[in-house]
Amino acid sequence: MTRADAAAAILWVGATFYALFGGADFGGGFWDLIAGDADKGERPRALIQRSLTPVWEANHVWLIFILVVLWTAFPPAFSAVMSTLYAPIALAGVGIVLRGSGFAFRKSIEGLAARRAAGATFALSSVVTPFFMGVVVGAIASGNVPAAGNGDAFSSWLEPLPLLTGAMFVASGAYLSAVFLVGDARRAGEEDLERYFVRRALAAGAVAGVAAAFGLVELHTEARYVFDRLTSQGLPLVILSVLSGIGLLAVLLRGGRRPLRPLAAGAVVAVIWGWGVAQFPYLLPRSLRIDQAAAPDPTLDIIFVVFAVAAVLVLPSLGLLYTLTQRDLLEHE
Amino acid sequence: MHLPDALPLAASASNLLAAREQMAFTLAFHIVLSCLGVALPATILLANYIGLKRDDEAAIELAKRWSKAMAVTFAVGAVTGTVLTFEFGLLWPKFMDRFGAAFGIAFGIEGIFFFLEAIFLAIYIYGWKRLSGWAHFWAGVPMFLTGIGGAFAVVAANSWMNEPQGFTLNAAGKVVDTEPLKVLFNPATGYEVPHMILAAYMVTGFLVASIYAVGMLKGRRDRLHRLGLLIPLTIACIATPIQLFVGDTAAREVADKQPAKFAGIECIQEGGGHQTEYLGGVCTANGVKFAIPIPDLDSFLVGFHADTQVTGLDEIPKDERPPANTLLHLAFDAMVGIGSALLLLGLWLAWSWWKRREIPQTHWFLRAVAISGAGAVLALWFGWIVTEVGRQPWIVQGYMRTSEAVTDAKGIWFSFGFVLLLYATIGTIAILVLRGMSRRWREGAAEPEGTPYSPPAETAP
Repeated sequence: MTRADAAAAILWVGATFYALFGGADFGGGFWDLIAGDADKGERPRALIQRSLTPVWEANHVWLIFILVVLWTAFPPAFSAVMSTLYAPIALAGVGIVLRGSGFAFRKSIEGLAARRAAGATFALSSVVTPFFMGVVVGAIASGNVPAAGNGDAFSSWLEPLPLLTGAMFVASGAYLSAVFLVGDARRAGEEDLERYFVRRALAAGAVAGVAAAFGLVELHTEARYVFDRLTSQGLPLVILSVLSGIGLLAVLLRGGRRPLRPLAAGAVVAVIWGWGVAQFPYLLPRSLRIDQAAAPDPTLDIIFVVFAVAAVLVLPSLGLLYTLTQRDLLEHE
Repeated sequence: MHLPDALPLAASASNLLAAREQMAFTLAFHIVLSCLGVALPATILLANYIGLKRDDEAAIELAKRWSKAMAVTFAVGAVTGTVLTFEFGLLWPKFMDRFGAAFGIAFGIEGIFFFLEAIFLAIYIYGWKRLSGWAHFWAGVPMFLTGIGGAFAVVAANSWMNEPQGFTLNAAGKVVDTEPLKVLFNPATGYEVPHMILAAYMVTGFLVASIYAVGMLKGRRDRLHRLGLLIPLTIACIATPIQLFVGDTAAREVADKQPAKFAGIECIQEGGGHQTEYLGGVCTANGVKFAIPIPDLDSFLVGFHADTQVTGLDEIPKDERPPANTLLHLAFDAMVGIGSALLLLGLWLAWSWWKRREIPQTHWFLRAVAISGAGAVLALWFGWIVTEVGRQPWIVQGYMRTSEAVTDAKGIWFSFGFVLLLYATIGTIAILVLRGMSRRWREGAAEPEGTPYSPPAETAP
C-alpha cells in the first residue's frame, strides 16, 4: 500500500464514521419529521431528542475531518468536486446550517409556534442534507466529475444514479437511526416505542435495500467500471452487506434483542468499503487516480500523524461521550 | 468542460467581488462565535472553580447559565464554520487545488482540536446534573485547552497566507513538496496567533460583562450580577494591555514583511524616513486629507527612530497595491482606538479595585462596560479587515492572486444574497433565543417543557 492509498483509506475511515454516526443523526431528524402531530409525535420526538442532543456536534465533526483530509491529501480532487458539484454541495451546506441551528433553537426558543417552526426546520433539513450528500457521492461514482474540475453544473448530478444514491443515503440513515433508537427505547423501558422503531427499522431497511438494488442496475448502465469492480473484487463486501441486512431483519422479526447495532452498522460499513474497492485506484472514477491527486509525502505524513493522534485521543473521548450518554449521565436540564 | 477564453472580464471581476463579499460576511459572522468557542470555556470554568472552591452558589449558577448559552452559540458556530470549509472549495477552488497540500496542514491539526472540543463541551454542558462537582469541572478543562489549540491551528493557516513558506512549486505553480513545520510556524504565526487568542478573550469577556452591566443599569445589583460582570471583565481587562503590546509588535512585523499592506494602512504615498502618523482622515494619491498629523511618529513607531525608512505605495508595483486604502486606514485606527479605550476601562476597574475592592460605583462605568462588548466585536472585525483587505490583491501573498483563485461557477451574487438572508435570520433568532433564556432565568421560570415542536399538522404527511 502506498502512502497515497493509506491516505485514501483514512478518508474512507472518516466517511465510515460519518455515515454511521452522522447518518444516524440525520435519520433521527427523518423520524422526527414524520412522527405526526404534536400529540402523537411527542414521545418518539422526545426519545430522538434525548439520543441526539449530547452527541450530534461531535458526530458532525467527521464531516469536517473528511473535507480537511480530502483537500489536504488530495487537493485536485477536492477542487474538481467542488467546482463541478457546487449546486448540490451548496444545498447540503444550507441544510447543515438549518439543521444545526434548528436543533439548537428548538429546545430553548419561546412559544409553541416558534418551536414547531424550528423543529420542522431541523427535521426537514435532516432529510435534505443527506440526500444532497448522496447525490454528490453518486455523481462522483458515476464518473461525472472531470479531473480538471468545472464539469457540467447540472447534468453531472441530475441523473438517475446520483439521485438514487441520495435516496439511499436518506433511507440508510433512517434505518441506522431506527435501529439505534430501538436500543435506546429498550434501555428507557419504553416497550411501545421499541416496537414503534422496530417497525420503522424494517420499513427503512426494505427501502434502503430496494434503492440499493435499483442503484446496482443504474450502476451497470451509468458507471460500468465501478459496477464491474463492485461485482468482482467488491463482491465479498456486497455479500457481507446483504447478509448483515438479512440477519438484522431476521432478528427484528423474531423480536430478538441482539446483535442489532453491529448488524445494522455492518450492512452500511460494507457498502461504503465496497464503494471504495469498486472505485480503486480512482478517486474520481476514470479521470483522477489516487496517486495522481496525492499531495507531497510530507503533507501525507501529517495526515497520518493527525489520524494517529485522533485514534489515540479522539476515539477514546468519543467512546467516553457515548458511554456517558448510554448510561444516562448526560442530559439537558 | 472549460469555459471559453473569451469569458468577459467583467463577469469574472464581478464573481471575484461577490465571492470576496460572501467570504468576508460569513467569516465576520463566524468569527464572533469562534471567539466565544475559544474563550467562553475559560470564563465558565473560572466561575465554576470559584463556585466549587468557595461554595459560592451565585458563581455556580453563572457557570450553568453560561454553559447553556454556549450550547446555542457553539451549535451555530459549528455549522457556520462548516460553511467556511465548504466555501474554500466552492468560492476558491483553484486556490485549494494549487495550495491545499500546504494550506491544509494546519486544518488537519485543527480537526483534532475541534473534535475534542465538541466532545468535552457536550460532556460539560450536559453533565451538570449527574456528574459530581470536581469531576464535572475537570471534564470541562479539555475544552479550554482545545479552544486555544484550535485557534492556533486556524490562525496559523491564515498567517501562512500572509507570509507563506515551507513549500516548493513546480513550473505550473502547484505545490510539489512541503515542510509542514515551516508552514505551521511561519513568521506571521508568532504574532497573529496570540493576537487572535487575546482578541477572543477580549471579545468574550467584554461581551458577557456588557450583558450584566446592562442588567445592573436596570437596577439589578445582586451578587449574581456583580459577579457576572466582574469575572468576564477581569479576564478581558487582563488581556487588553497584553493585546496592545502584541498588536504593536504585529504592526512592526507587517511593516517589515508586508510593506504594501502597511503602506496601505498608513496611507504612505512616498517611501522614506520621517513619516507622519495620520490619525483618521481620507487617503488620496496626494496624501491624507482631514486627518490629525503627528510628524515623524509613523517612522518612530516602525523603528523607534524618526528617520526609520518606511516603504511607500510608490515603491510597490501598481497592480500589487492593496485596494480601499481609506477603509484600511480607518479600520486600523478604529481598532487601535477601541483597544486603547478598553485599556482605560481596565485601568479604571483596576484603580477602583485597588482602592476599595469594589466595582466603580458610578453609572458611567457601567455604561462604558455596557458598550465595551460591541466595541470589542467592532475592533475584532476591523482587525480582520486590515489583515484580509490589506493582503489583496493576493490570496497567497506574492504567489497567487485572489482573482486567479476565484471560481468560474455562476450565481455567486445570488448565493451571497441568499447567505445574507439566511445568516441575518439565524443571527436574529440566536439573539432572541439567548434573550429569552436570560428572561426566564431572571423570572425563575422553568425551561420550556416536553417536545411539542412537531411541524403543524396540516403540513405533516
